[in-house]
Amino acid sequence: MTEKNTALELIDIHKSYGSLEVLKGVSLRASDGEVISILGSSGSGKSTLLRCINLLEQPSQGQIRIAGETLELVSGKGGDLRAANARQLERLRSRIGFVFQNFNLWPHKSILENIIEAPTQVLKQPRDQAISRAEELLGRVGLLNKRDAYPANLSGGQQQRVAIARALAMDPQVLLFDEPTSALDPELVNEVLAVMRSLAEEGRTMLIVTHEMRFAREVSSQVVFLHQGQIEESGTPEEVFDRPRSQRVRDFMASHA
Amino acid sequence: MDLLGFGDLLLSGAWVTVKLALTSLVFGLLFGLIGAAAKLSSFWPARALATLYTTFVRGIPELLLVLTIYFGGSVILMAIAEQFGYTDYIEISAFAAGVAALSIAFGAYSTEVLRGAIQAIPKGQWESAQALGMTPLKTFFRIILPQVWRLALPGLGNLFQVLLKDTALVSVIGLDDLMRQAYVATGSTNQPFTFYMAAALIYLGLTVLSTATTSWLERRSDPASTRAVT
Repeated sequence: MTEKNTALELIDIHKSYGSLEVLKGVSLRASDGEVISILGSSGSGKSTLLRCINLLEQPSQGQIRIAGETLELVSGKGGDLRAANARQLERLRSRIGFVFQNFNLWPHKSILENIIEAPTQVLKQPRDQAISRAEELLGRVGLLNKRDAYPANLSGGQQQRVAIARALAMDPQVLLFDEPTSALDPELVNEVLAVMRSLAEEGRTMLIVTHEMRFAREVSSQVVFLHQGQIEESGTPEEVFDRPRSQRVRDFMASHA
Repeated sequence: MDLLGFGDLLLSGAWVTVKLALTSLVFGLLFGLIGAAAKLSSFWPARALATLYTTFVRGIPELLLVLTIYFGGSVILMAIAEQFGYTDYIEISAFAAGVAALSIAFGAYSTEVLRGAIQAIPKGQWESAQALGMTPLKTFFRIILPQVWRLALPGLGNLFQVLLKDTALVSVIGLDDLMRQAYVATGSTNQPFTFYMAAALIYLGLTVLSTATTSWLERRSDPASTRAVT
């Protein structure tokens, strides 16, 4: 087989809130080392799709596979799917890094404590090992000097870089970014994008929901355009940005140039 | 403190009051946490039970609760003991009855304070912990509860002051607390102003101390020394 291993596969994901169908059957496959950008106007379901992958939202239908392992789902209350096995869900979640729009650092813990919390509590790493790894990651995102600060003392861009370090500390197989720069002041966006770019360059598998068109074009191996809960168009950045087949994608690109 | 030879009596009463308040605080917080968890539970019988608890306890005077537990409690205990052939009179300790009544009351009020504080924690705090693979229980105890504590402290401090003064109610069932000792001293010396004033000053001193402790805890629970908005 010449093809790379599949890091993440989504098959026919549906999600409804009551009678409102937000996702109408989305399938997606990411090989190891691939960077997929998910674009679309607000309400297209792109964040919901990302949140369905680690069950922060419960899909109504569909399958999720992480590195060949299928997440076992059963029907829960209200018709949505929930994890059949909480242990499996926790184990798979620990292998999927998730970076939130609003960072969601824990304000009562120092930067270092934020980063070592999951490695020590979930992966049961020895504390000193977790600390040295955390320091290495903080150095990488340029915030080693903030080691003992608290989230409230950091700018938004710094908080997001810590949040990325926190996700990396778990050595995840896949990194999911949910509009990671949308809550940032314009002058802070680039420091976060620079960290993400370096992650893409070292071959991390990433799914990025973003409005940063130039960034998406530069780092992605695949671009997916969602419209009203369905994939309107997908392909290489050149295909989707330069030669979009759909009028809708053309209009979107024109308004986000 | 001499106070016509009643100084030691008042101090021993104050000590009983402090013990009563602190013991009730511990049990009351426990009831409050359980109550808040039950109110936020997705299991409806738990919610119903917690609502019944807070509605009932907050709806009746604390004095009634004290009397019911003290006198009613011994009736119930005696009825149970009779089943086993024990027919002597059983008396509940006034201290135990007082702790039971006050912690049940504190639990009902703190249920609401803690529920509000838990709900005030942004959903993202749960999500970021769970996205890293933390179990719901670990997320609650390691990520949510420390933050709840900070939000709930002012409300809980307030309730503790009420509790501290409600301990005086327990003097009606004969517990030798500060209130009762002041009453006894007044009775035998006929100097109400001296002893009630002394008791008032001691209560005041205790509440001032509790306020200071609360604000110290508040400062300590906020290591970033800012009100983070995340």
